[in-house]
Amino acid sequence: MNLNLTTEETKFRDELRIWLEANVPKDWGEWREKPLEESFPYLRAWQRKLYEGGWAAVSWPKEYGGRGATLMEQSLFWEEMARVEAPPMANSLGLGLIGPTIIAYGTDEQKKRFIPKILSAEEIWCQGFSEPNAGSDLAALQTEARLDGDHYVVNGQKVWTSYGWIGDWCELVVRTDSNVPKHKGLSVLLIDMKSPGVEVRPLKQMTGESEFNEIFFRDVRVPAANLLGKVNDGWNVAVSTLMYERGSYGARLHLIFKRAITRLIELSHKFQKDGHPAAQDPITRQKLAQCYAEIEIMRWNQLRAFSRVTATGVPGPEGSIQKIFWSELNQRLQQIAQEIFGPYGQLLAGDQDAVDNGIWSYGYLRTRGNTIEAGTSEVQRNIIGHFVLGLPRSY
Amino acid sequence: MQFGLSESQQMLKDNARKFFAGECPMEEVRRLMETETAYDETLWKKIAEQGYTGIIFPEEYGGVGLGKVELALLMEEAGRALLPGPFFSTVPLAGAVIDSVASPETKKKYLAPICAGDARSTVAFLEANASWNFVDIHMSAVNGTLTGEKLFVPDAAVADFIIVIARNGIFAVSSKASGIKISPMAGMDLTRKLYRIEFQNTPGEKIGDVSALAEGLDIATTALVCELVGGMQRTLDITVEYAKMRKQFGKPIGMFQAVQHQCADMYLETESSRSAAYYAAWALEENALDASVAVSIAKMYASDAARTVGNRGIQVHGGMGFTWENDVHLYYRRAKSSETAFGDSTFHRERIARLVIDADERLTKSA
Repeated sequence: MNLNLTTEETKFRDELRIWLEANVPKDWGEWREKPLEESFPYLRAWQRKLYEGGWAAVSWPKEYGGRGATLMEQSLFWEEMARVEAPPMANSLGLGLIGPTIIAYGTDEQKKRFIPKILSAEEIWCQGFSEPNAGSDLAALQTEARLDGDHYVVNGQKVWTSYGWIGDWCELVVRTDSNVPKHKGLSVLLIDMKSPGVEVRPLKQMTGESEFNEIFFRDVRVPAANLLGKVNDGWNVAVSTLMYERGSYGARLHLIFKRAITRLIELSHKFQKDGHPAAQDPITRQKLAQCYAEIEIMRWNQLRAFSRVTATGVPGPEGSIQKIFWSELNQRLQQIAQEIFGPYGQLLAGDQDAVDNGIWSYGYLRTRGNTIEAGTSEVQRNIIGHFVLGLPRSY
Repeated sequence: MQFGLSESQQMLKDNARKFFAGECPMEEVRRLMETETAYDETLWKKIAEQGYTGIIFPEEYGGVGLGKVELALLMEEAGRALLPGPFFSTVPLAGAVIDSVASPETKKKYLAPICAGDARSTVAFLEANASWNFVDIHMSAVNGTLTGEKLFVPDAAVADFIIVIARNGIFAVSSKASGIKISPMAGMDLTRKLYRIEFQNTPGEKIGDVSALAEGLDIATTALVCELVGGMQRTLDITVEYAKMRKQFGKPIGMFQAVQHQCADMYLETESSRSAAYYAAWALEENALDASVAVSIAKMYASDAARTVGNRGIQVHGGMGFTWENDVHLYYRRAKSSETAFGDSTFHRERIARLVIDADERLTKSA
């Protein structure tokens, strides 16, 4: 056990720091609050810059434009990005999930065709997995692809698609055989979102925004060459994408949470409880301390998981504890914030008395989604029960 | 950066598990817990032969000179085995305090016999107010003698000398000194006996100042957290095994999500406690800036988690979990005694609050 950075890790971090110092945009603060439709070109330009500096996909192998960074280095990358408050990258799903899946399962032509434009943010990717009747039970999905000559014809509906409104391409999981057990009849297609028959509609969520979309496919023709992996092996391809999702998502959260608790502690000196600053209220102090502690533990859990993955080479089902841990912790953090703010907590962005212009009232609502998206807490607990503890499958 | 065990650390842990499984299986734990002191001389000698009594202490006093992470792993396995008797009281508690506060000559006198396995010891801290804040200690030495009462002192009946924390210093007191009276307190944890010690003009030798006490207590606290982690792991293992085997409605109960999710939460709580315990041990070893916060975070989290893991383990076992014959309650009892020792979660949350909230206020004001 040695939690000090190695020479290589220090070198990686220092090189990144120098690059970020020279290149990170200084005006992100002005753009941050704007709707994504408006800020998207800005985020594309930022990713382009990272790409040109060789920092867009540090985890990818060198031959595909990455740096072959270790998990620890990836973790350092996200820490440094958070530390300088860098904007997010426009093509985050392409870089984090879909690119690695194409690298793992794609043909040489597919890699040549798609990978460079994922890196440069020329083509934005979205992910067509969930359906109205296939959420936790993803393998029950019904969107169908029928082979017709050298094309597949796709019919069906996807839901909860992030970036659907701007996506140029979509990693779509479809049913190619309905006469076999549900996991064995799935395939993955790479679909041009501009194809005739693709219709994208915004899905308004409980926060009032539309982060996600519904996508409808009516007789959409997709070249058979755009099949990713083998036909009817789509479940394995999709699961590999989901593993990347659970693995990489947690890594960047520690500093974001730490920033939130630091701000909350700052605010607890300003808001009153029974005529005293909330920071002096024993119960508030207990809750803030608990939250602060859990944010640290989240990081230690992640570091241990990274070391384990580095030693064994595969992201394992224990990634599920990270997902449960951060999502439930984030909800508790928002709850404490609401308790500190009292009636001010409910005020939305735009109200002159809203705390931090409404980021906390937004966060309170938005974090309800955390225990649902990327696999519900219930599904994560099933995964731990069956795959980690070896209990019999419950479904 | 590497937050996993090295090969030699893993080996130490595996050997400790084998040693405790061989020398102190559950039948032996149950036999010892029914005795007056839960101490067995033969077992103690074997523990000393392994070098465990000197594990973190300098070689010049006969110790092995390993680090806090190695201690953490040993304590985790001791906790998993529910090792009865004065090992915790003597080594990571009294030994660590002596090592932190005493001069080399004093260490030769008190630490060397601990390393050699010739002496057992403990630390007397709490008084009637049961506060782990040093400022709440009333006992004060007068002309080298102590008068008053210390409570909840673990394993005092088998200690050769007792390290007494007084307002004006840290004292070593022979358990045979004049004016000392040691009487048992009927604690819930049968494997770690607690005592009340009354002192009446009892002579003590001052071994150090209270200013260096925190370091020793941080080591003891972290060691106790590691024991809790081992206990949680064992409780989880027993529970999962039972959930696979026990059938109701024609199915193993572990197939039901209500049961499975309890087990998943036990796993999450155990692993998170382990991460915090290992981090605290590493931070102490490296004298990291956040070492004290890390110790409090670990104790805070594990104190609650050990109780919760026990609650879940008993519940999953159903009626079987409520029997004397099932081992889960033995760990549950240990979890309770360890929960309050060195401050419960409320105490440590307040300690964290002082470090991170009040420190923040000072920063805000000076800015």
